[in-house]
Amino acid sequence: MVSFSAVAKRYPGGKTALESVSFALAAGELAFLIGRSGAGKSTLLKLIPAIERPTSGAVIVSGQNVGALQRAAIPYLRRNIGLVFQDQKLLYDRSVFDNVMLPLSLTGQPPQEAARRARAALDKVGLLAREKSNPIELSGGEQQRLAIARAVVNRPALLIADEPTANLDAESAAKVLDIFVAFNQVGVTVLIATHDLALVERFGKRVLHLAEGRLG
Amino acid sequence: MTGWLRQHRAALRTALQRLWRPSGLASALVIGIAVSLPAGGYALLESLRALAGRATLEPQISLFLRPEAKRAEADALGRALRADPRVSKVRFVPREDALKQLSAVEGMGEVIASLGRNPLPDAFVVTASEHALEPLAADLAKLPGVAHVQADSAWARRLGALERLGRLGLWLLAALLGAGLVAVIFNTIRLQILTQREEIEVSKLIGATDAFIRRPFYYLGLLQGAAGGVFALAIVAGLLAALNIEVRSLAESYGSSFRLAFLPAAGAGIVLAVAAGLGWLGAHLSVSRHLREIEPR
Repeated sequence: MVSFSAVAKRYPGGKTALESVSFALAAGELAFLIGRSGAGKSTLLKLIPAIERPTSGAVIVSGQNVGALQRAAIPYLRRNIGLVFQDQKLLYDRSVFDNVMLPLSLTGQPPQEAARRARAALDKVGLLAREKSNPIELSGGEQQRLAIARAVVNRPALLIADEPTANLDAESAAKVLDIFVAFNQVGVTVLIATHDLALVERFGKRVLHLAEGRLG
Repeated sequence: MTGWLRQHRAALRTALQRLWRPSGLASALVIGIAVSLPAGGYALLESLRALAGRATLEPQISLFLRPEAKRAEADALGRALRADPRVSKVRFVPREDALKQLSAVEGMGEVIASLGRNPLPDAFVVTASEHALEPLAADLAKLPGVAHVQADSAWARRLGALERLGRLGLWLLAALLGAGLVAVIFNTIRLQILTQREEIEVSKLIGATDAFIRRPFYYLGLLQGAAGGVFALAIVAGLLAALNIEVRSLAESYGSSFRLAFLPAAGAGIVLAVAAGLGWLGAHLSVSRHLREIEPR
């Protein structure tokens, strides 16, 4: 599903975020990306939906070399990837429901079908009762779950999350991770970056260690 | 409905919502005021052209005989005129007809009645076969019995020249204001893009194509231009109505039913189409310049 071959990312100022990173994530797999802050986790994750381009090496997603993609092809790549960031990037000028509808409006789906899917996604993350609220009214954990609902509403094959439990208490964090596991169980490939080693060890899934830009 | 059509309808709906706000309408009003200048000027020119058109643009000379001249002299003069190859038509206006025409003008009836006798001379209206009126007029002035010669189409030709000058001025004004229109819309779209920065960033992150993001802005530019055009036509209509109050009394004093006319339907349609088109152009320039800068980080 995702493979990195000797990927390096260097910034113009001289900072090296990633050095010779290679790994492969199979379809339907769930893996954690562990590392301290500044280890390069966010950079690695950003390479997958082409938010950043690798300085060298190849990033292959679903058989496509992301680094070589034309600008016009990037939206179609991103439609197949669900993204959840630590800063959830929710839109506060609209309701919870409209936030989840956003990915569906891009693809020009009939409104009834889109509404059905949006509600299904909200239901899966347990936010159906809050669909009319404004995201600002939600707690941290609920906002994160809203971000996940938006990320999965278009049924992407790949789900990427950057520190999804960072600002959450243990109970909310566990709820959020349970949602990821549930999606993985229906076949979605999941890659989660986190610095919380303790949380990760409970799951017994594959762990990728990133330190100083290198995969150890 | 296909997905593509649905997306266009959604973009149009969004643009209408953004237009129907104080800021959107204010921009449209500014554009309306700017466009009303060349549009109004065009309407005025068209009306004046209709007015000038009533006056014959054929090269004509009016010949007035001496008031004491007898009818025999007039007949001789008429034969001499018809014999001249440079003359294509000769029309005799006897003094009685001239008096009748003059009495028809408002207010002249009583004046003439008080005079007692007819002060007007016999006259000939001569249509020349070519435009070189001055030499012909000079020659005709020398004919026996002629007291006064008037080459009176000169003023109509001058009016035509003024009209062309006015038209040129209007084109220049229109070009200038058109550029202004594009600049105003460029700016309003830029502000709208800035307002929606976050939404655009998130949309790009979840896989919106450039076309999807641009679409509502194009519609907004188009609609603002068109709304500006509508405002312009309304302003022109209002100004013409106000002016016509005075024009009506002035024209009636000349015995005319002349009024300033609104733009012809085709002209009004062109104003709307051009305004909308320029609005689209302003949006295009703004979107091309500013959307690239907003990328997810």
